[in-house]
Amino acid sequence: MFNNVFSPEKIAEALDIFVTEFPLATWETFYVTFVATLFAVVIGLPIGVILATGDKKGVLPLPGWLYRVINIIINLLRSVPFLILMILVVPFTRLIVGTSIGTVASIVPLVIASFPFVARLCESSFREVNHDLIETAESMGSSPFQIIIKVLVPESVPSLISNMTIAITTILGYSAMSAAIGGGGLGKIAINYGYYRYKTLVMFIAVIFLILLVQLFQTIGDKLAKKADKRLL
Amino acid sequence: MIEIRNLSKTFDSVEALKNVSITIEDGDIFGIIGMSGAGKSTLVRTINMLEKPTDGTVLIDGVDLSLLSKKELREVRRNVTMIFQHFNLLQQRTCLKNVCFPLELIGVKKDEAEKKAMELLTLVGLPDKADSYPSQLSGGQQQRVAIARALATNPKVLLCDEATSALDPKTTAQILELIRKINKELNITVVVITHQMSVVEDVCNKVAILDQGEVKEQGLVTDIFSSPKSAAAKRLVFPDGASSIERGENEHRIRLIFNGSDTTNTPMIAKLAMECGIAANIIAANTKVIEGDTYGYMVLGITGTHETLGRAVDFIKSTGKIEVMEVPDDVQ
Repeated sequence: MFNNVFSPEKIAEALDIFVTEFPLATWETFYVTFVATLFAVVIGLPIGVILATGDKKGVLPLPGWLYRVINIIINLLRSVPFLILMILVVPFTRLIVGTSIGTVASIVPLVIASFPFVARLCESSFREVNHDLIETAESMGSSPFQIIIKVLVPESVPSLISNMTIAITTILGYSAMSAAIGGGGLGKIAINYGYYRYKTLVMFIAVIFLILLVQLFQTIGDKLAKKADKRLL
Repeated sequence: MIEIRNLSKTFDSVEALKNVSITIEDGDIFGIIGMSGAGKSTLVRTINMLEKPTDGTVLIDGVDLSLLSKKELREVRRNVTMIFQHFNLLQQRTCLKNVCFPLELIGVKKDEAEKKAMELLTLVGLPDKADSYPSQLSGGQQQRVAIARALATNPKVLLCDEATSALDPKTTAQILELIRKINKELNITVVVITHQMSVVEDVCNKVAILDQGEVKEQGLVTDIFSSPKSAAAKRLVFPDGASSIERGENEHRIRLIFNGSDTTNTPMIAKLAMECGIAANIIAANTKVIEGDTYGYMVLGITGTHETLGRAVDFIKSTGKIEVMEVPDDVQ
């Protein structure tokens, strides 16, 4: 089998595709992942705050029913498989972007699929903050809002960075999947050439690039988290 | 003045505090001592309403805290600040920024806040740690920063919740010295929650003994030390069961307190025998030597007349920093 994959003609062909298609595809994957993560954090972080502080004994208790409803919605969104969610949100994507196909359009389902995940990750980061610090801030006359802005978020920055690194690598994986319904990037190359046209070598290269991107994000994330953590001095 | 009146606190079905009444005058260093689970931490948290009492009232300068809105309560908390056993500094902020924190909360401008914070760090003896993070500091240093932070809003009352319990005795002594200085120089009323008798001995002028949620005894530290009446107080004053040793005829007992002084280098008992001709019997003693300094107490039995006792007390007092108090007959 591998004789076929690595024959001189196949290698020449793969190189040709590599040169013509990979730079743009890599950029698209990078860009989609980054923008989707950004939106997911913008939406997910405040929800994470609500989840971590809105319970009965929290800093900013919400009415019990409201807290439960938010919780259930997040769980519902998280339990829909991404492939199906992508198809379900096609009308919504059209509404926002004007089309449901292409690189930019794939950002919409990515954000919808990942913000609940991001919200949960943020919630867990906020819950890691030592409760004594919150009590201390209360003892100094902090309002609930001040506790969130000045204690909860800044104290959990290292953990937030670690968790957002998990999010970005997961979203990178999703972005590759979005090729199935017309998304661009490395996933598209892997599926179009590797799956539909049996160009296994091209698929391998695309996968290797995806792996490299994950490594890159993880390494940068780890470094930033460590740098941000003033407990490790 | 802090007046705690008939205060009770029940968690689910556990009665943490039962009908507690304590009055703390301005300028006091008031100790609240008790074993773990006695309700000390709950009690101190009712003074700034971090815990809402189930029953009873807390009045600060005549204002009933339970009648205040959340916003008004936040203002009270700027006047009644708190330090904690585990310091509770924000780990991601420098020491200077930690001290700035309560000022930020009330919207003080950055330069002004930093200037004030720097003054306070100087007051607690750590001006050079302004840009360090809490993780780079020792426990004692962290508590100093926490004290500076607690002073930032010019409070009238400082609550210390087991503030020295995580520190070694040497550092404890230094922190207590600082608390004493704050009390005197800034005229701040201090409430000290502790399970360590030595802490009360060292800094407090008044003390309340809390046991199983009830105040068993309260008053001047000197009174309670010399004649503890409740079982809980006796247990704290004579932790080694010295009270169970019966007194002989004409035996007087005195209590000596050593506070990190170098006077312990003199052989006190031997000198008492040789220079005054008084034979003292050691009933109980507890001494800890930390980094060359001695901390501890000793209960001596002296047989003889009141005149003999007086000479012994005068002699011990004349040697320097050792505190002496008589233990009256009715204690045991």
